[in-house]
Amino acid sequence: MLTISEVEHVALLGRLELTGEEKKLYQEQLSAILEYAKKLDDLDTGDVLPTAHVLPLKNVFRQDEAGSHLESERVLANAPERDGNFFKVPKIV
Amino acid sequence: MADYEAVIGLEVHVELKTNTKIFCHSTTAFGGEPNTHVCPVCLGLPGVLPVLNKRVVEYAIRAGLALNCQIAGFSKFDRKNYYYPDLPKNYQISQYDLPLAEHGFIDIDIEGQTKRIGITRVHMEEDAGKLVHQGSISTTPYSLVDYNRTGVPLIEIVSEPDMRSPEEARAYLDKLKAIIQYTGVSDCKMEEGSLRCDANVSVRPRGRAEFGTRAEIKNMNSFRALQKAVAYEIERQIDVLEEGGRVVQETRTWEENKGITMSMRSKEEAHDYRYFPDPDLVPMIIDRDWVEEIRASLPELPGQRKERYVRELGLSPYDAEVLTTTKETADYFEECLKSYPNAKIIGNWVMGELSRLLNAGNIEISLCNITPGQLADMLKLMDKGTISGKIAKTVFEEMFDSGKDPEQIVKEKGLMQISDEGAIASEVDRVLADNPKVVEDYRAGKEKALGFLVGQVMKATRGKANPDLVNKLLRDKM
Repeated sequence: MLTISEVEHVALLGRLELTGEEKKLYQEQLSAILEYAKKLDDLDTGDVLPTAHVLPLKNVFRQDEAGSHLESERVLANAPERDGNFFKVPKIV
Repeated sequence: MADYEAVIGLEVHVELKTNTKIFCHSTTAFGGEPNTHVCPVCLGLPGVLPVLNKRVVEYAIRAGLALNCQIAGFSKFDRKNYYYPDLPKNYQISQYDLPLAEHGFIDIDIEGQTKRIGITRVHMEEDAGKLVHQGSISTTPYSLVDYNRTGVPLIEIVSEPDMRSPEEARAYLDKLKAIIQYTGVSDCKMEEGSLRCDANVSVRPRGRAEFGTRAEIKNMNSFRALQKAVAYEIERQIDVLEEGGRVVQETRTWEENKGITMSMRSKEEAHDYRYFPDPDLVPMIIDRDWVEEIRASLPELPGQRKERYVRELGLSPYDAEVLTTTKETADYFEECLKSYPNAKIIGNWVMGELSRLLNAGNIEISLCNITPGQLADMLKLMDKGTISGKIAKTVFEEMFDSGKDPEQIVKEKGLMQISDEGAIASEVDRVLADNPKVVEDYRAGKEKALGFLVGQVMKATRGKANPDLVNKLLRDKM
């Protein structure tokens, strides 16, 4: 079972503000998910290489050639606030 | 006070000189109006897919090989998660457990000794955007964000904690910069941010095997700042220990104006980046033939060039080191050597007058007005006795300002050395007649008096008299 403080830590990393009730709810739900995933531990994976990707693809490259840019108005279309061509956000230090 | 030893490791970020960003076709051009060098991929808009720029891998392999690293056969990208507005995706695509290159080293020269500094790893990642603050950063409530730099390819070069003094850290960074510049994969301009350096610093009582707790120093914007910041931080940590305190693991910022490091994050919250393989990018299997092809295309690196200068040109290790620190300087030197085969003399001019004028004007040697051929021509004029060494400096400055040929300057300004005995003799007679007291002193055995008289003759001829001749005539006549 996850502890409440682990739930709080994950919430902080995800920038989520949770009520006491929500913390308890997520403690149960997250624990259940982890418990379910734990079934994989029953398998012997000693001879299996760590999976880097689920698709059997490798070396997908593009050439170093420039293409078009997005026009400024569209770049900033969803900005909550702007200052000229800049996105304007609360300062985080 | 106990005897302490510092332990220093450096993390250096270098921007690669590709045309386009690491995962999209947006330009990497420096500057530009804010948020104009962006596309849906580097803005992290939903539904986009990054695709790796092949040249980034090529350049990173090139740098890795130049730093004596082993190139991985299998490598991949990971997501490093953190919230900060300079990253539109809330994660940076980087490499975690399978970097492209590992186990390298570079050799630095410190007080005449060679010391080997290990390179832990070289990995590829994307740069973040730039935050701009209007007015004072401490009072403004807003950050303005420009994503032009987001997604510009970087390599991060992590050293082993092998350095023991600020001087060694500086020598390592100088050498690293030289090597990377030689490979041509980056400009390595610290002022423009294409080379950035963080330092991990700790101290321990000399002789102890375990490391002390380290602090990470950021925000050092020049080579000199690195040296000063590391020196300050070592002193600070020793003071903390001497007063019975303990060093806190934290990130500190170098405050250039105050000359101190300051704690950046008050909370002792451990980073929790939650790295995991980026599912949008497929792994790389690095073809050995490709690696060997890149290895074969590497130029002569600074260490090799320096050795060649010592071995074949008979230069001192110190001179050879200075001349090979940048590829441009070494190329200039060698070009000049083609027309004037005296390495020592050319070296003195390049390291002396030329570098003095370049530094004073903050000019790159590649943009210098004086071509290597013109410098050779001027040295030949000195050998022929057309100009004296003293006049040569005047001619050189004029060449530096105007780009004119030395012969032309000498002609235009009438700077030809006077080697006509008759012409000098008349000046000598006049100076002797004007300074009877000094002549007496000389005859009384004051050798210094001669220097004054030579100076008077040189002054009268506006520096053009052949100094050897002036000396000889004065002695003869007294």
